[in-house]
Amino acid sequence: MHFHLTEEQKAIQDAVRGTLADSWPIERIHAFADGDEDFDRASWHALMALGLGGMLAPDSGMGLLDAALVCEVAGEAAAAGPLIGQLLAVAAVVASGKGDAEALASGAQVATLLHGGSDYAPSARAADLFLIVDRAKGVRLVPAADVTIEPVKAADRTRPMSKVSTPDDAGETLFAATDPMTARLADAALVLVAADALGGAQKVTDMSVAYAKEREQFGQPIGRFQALKHQLAHMALAVEPARALVWYAAYAWDAELPDAPRAAAMAKAHLCDTYIQTTRAAVAAHGGIGYTWEYGLNYWFRRAMADRAWLGSPAEHRARAATLAGW
Amino acid sequence: MDLSYGAAAEAFRAEVRAFLSLHWPPPSDTRGAELKAFIRTFRALATGEGYLYRAIPKIYGGSEQPVDVIKAQVIREEFARARAPMEVGGNGMNMTVPTLLEKGTEEQKELFIRKTVEGDYIWGQGYSEPGSGSDLASVRTKGELSADGKKWIINGQKIWTSQGMQSTHMFMLVRTEPDAPKHDGITYLLIDLDQPGVTRRPIRQMTGEEGDHTFCEFFFDNAETPVSWQVGERGQGWTVSRTTLKHERASIGGADGLGKQFAKLVDLAKEVGRIDDPIVRDKLTQIEGSVLSHRYSSYRIFSCAAAGEDPGPVALMMKLLLTEIGHEMALLAQELIGEHGFLEPAGAGGRSNRGPRGPEKWLDQIMGSLGNSIAGGASNIQRNIIGERGLGLPRDLAMSGER
Ligand SMILES: Cc1cc2nc3c(=O)[nH]c(=O)nc-3n(C[C@H](O)[C@H](O)[C@H](O)COP(=O)(O)OP(=O)(O)OC[C@H]3O[C@@H](n4cnc5c(N)ncnc54)[C@H](O)[C@@H]3O)c2cc1C
Repeated sequence: MHFHLTEEQKAIQDAVRGTLADSWPIERIHAFADGDEDFDRASWHALMALGLGGMLAPDSGMGLLDAALVCEVAGEAAAAGPLIGQLLAVAAVVASGKGDAEALASGAQVATLLHGGSDYAPSARAADLFLIVDRAKGVRLVPAADVTIEPVKAADRTRPMSKVSTPDDAGETLFAATDPMTARLADAALVLVAADALGGAQKVTDMSVAYAKEREQFGQPIGRFQALKHQLAHMALAVEPARALVWYAAYAWDAELPDAPRAAAMAKAHLCDTYIQTTRAAVAAHGGIGYTWEYGLNYWFRRAMADRAWLGSPAEHRARAATLAGW
Repeated sequence: MDLSYGAAAEAFRAEVRAFLSLHWPPPSDTRGAELKAFIRTFRALATGEGYLYRAIPKIYGGSEQPVDVIKAQVIREEFARARAPMEVGGNGMNMTVPTLLEKGTEEQKELFIRKTVEGDYIWGQGYSEPGSGSDLASVRTKGELSADGKKWIINGQKIWTSQGMQSTHMFMLVRTEPDAPKHDGITYLLIDLDQPGVTRRPIRQMTGEEGDHTFCEFFFDNAETPVSWQVGERGQGWTVSRTTLKHERASIGGADGLGKQFAKLVDLAKEVGRIDDPIVRDKLTQIEGSVLSHRYSSYRIFSCAAAGEDPGPVALMMKLLLTEIGHEMALLAQELIGEHGFLEPAGAGGRSNRGPRGPEKWLDQIMGSLGNSIAGGASNIQRNIIGERGLGLPRDLAMSGER
């Protein structure tokens, strides 16, 4: 049995972590959050330069687990850019044989994800292509020219959203609704959002633990106080075991196991709940400083709210999971 | 990632299956003493094949196999599938034997290991006292050397001893150095419970269980044990008590149990006609998210153990996670059984011959889930461990003696 990360996988995560730390420091997040851009070109290109865009191409030697590990680190860094859409677009384009896989894999073309039934897509103004994944209608790739984009003031400042609309017949159909790839792409999107949530939840836990070791009150580090220690233990208890839920969902998808769709739904629901709980606890653990804009926790809290709302709420996916279980 | 065990393990599985199909189950008319004898012979055969007691040297009745968590897991799975008896369970196998293997004298190993392995000696864990639970290093039960220096004379009280009524022996922590700092004054002793200085009294549990399943309190009034039954150095009992079984401990068995319990909860929701209730479905899948986190994390820990890697802090979290899931399941079960909750579940304590029980049997589970939040380190202590050892938060100096 092998159910832990390989050295290569850890190395990929470290590389992504290092790159994002360089290209996307907190000052940059602050500036971006206050600006009016949809997209951070510098961090996007730094990330794409790592050559990870084609991870979900069937012949890449990697798979959804590797993509999830990258999305986890992007969530940790609260990185800007439509990474999930990009990774899925490469998978869709390669599998359908339509579109320019190379341009997408290199990041020269930017693709964002538009979830079937949703009006919103992240980084829409920067996108050359819209990958529309709709369980009921199939998968389409629509050029930006065919899309009407209306930027909105988004709560998640790290992944600005736009309201978008596309005519039903725009672009090119990659997969019909009945094609198994449609459901597989929709499932993969759930796993990647769960991974983003995992990374974010881990990040705010780490921030809280670090803060509790250094902040002193009553003449000692606050982390020595049991009430807070227990709250931090609970944050870690929510995050660390749930990591395996994401791994399993990705593994099941890669191996095309029968329970892959259900595992994806469970992971998305569970991790999005975990993320919001953990960020709430993180703000509390920091006291007043946690409530400031300047400190930055709000970016992860906002991203937790967005992850939760994106692609369907936890309750929606739990309802699906119950049905998929045959209950 | 790969959840299969590999070709070598599957070949081994076939071997174990062939063995089991030859030697288990017993002929259908085997009962009573005859069945006991059959099981004893079966265990001896299985040990001879290297399937049982793998961490125990042959001279003490084990099969002395190299550490191989995958093989051990295959054995567990196949024996469970065939419903064949595994090793005798309990404190003896889990605690006494590993402690003796690591810290015991040759004489102690010879005296105790084989008898424990064969199920003749049943061990109680004599740690807790009325004044010492979480603060285990504060034990006060006294051990004093006899005038000739050959025996320890023990006076005091132990409490909450699981399986205390059936225990033939006890491993216990006693204070032998009253003036030494808390942790340095404790000695680890083995004692025969069948002697005039020992009185045991069952304590009825909140489940109402009595008899075999209940725990006990023990009173020691000049009870004796030979000095040669002291494990490790005098005053070093605290360190000895930290000795744990390192061999092939990782298994995914714990997760299987939880999964089965969850499946029963789903069945209960169906039985009582609530499975279509969206709130029940939501609650069930919410709980299942944690059940699966536990299961896949056990894969992760198991996989790391097989590869000789450290799984990290997740290993410290499994007990608390299990406890919390137990509570969640209990609450939902209580909701689901509705007015069956008025009935006495008639526990496993020998009063279950009242015929088939309905959903009220869940009350056992519901009350039982509370035991998990206390036994083996209360939940708050687990939170301390996660915070301090897992997250590296500063230790509360006043509490350095907790279990
Ligand atoms: C079913 C069952 C079986 C058991 N079997 C055995 C056995 O075989 N052998 C044996 O020796 N013992 C056994 N025990 C005893 C068990 O180990 C103790 O009950 C347990 O360690 C807690 O100790 P206590 O009961 O003295 O509670 P206390 O230590 O008094 O704790 C009471 C409460 O205070 C909290 N608390 C205490 N200290 C701290 C702290 N530092 N920080 C935060 N909170 C704290 C605890 O979390 C708990 O909520 C068993 C108990 C149960 C319930």
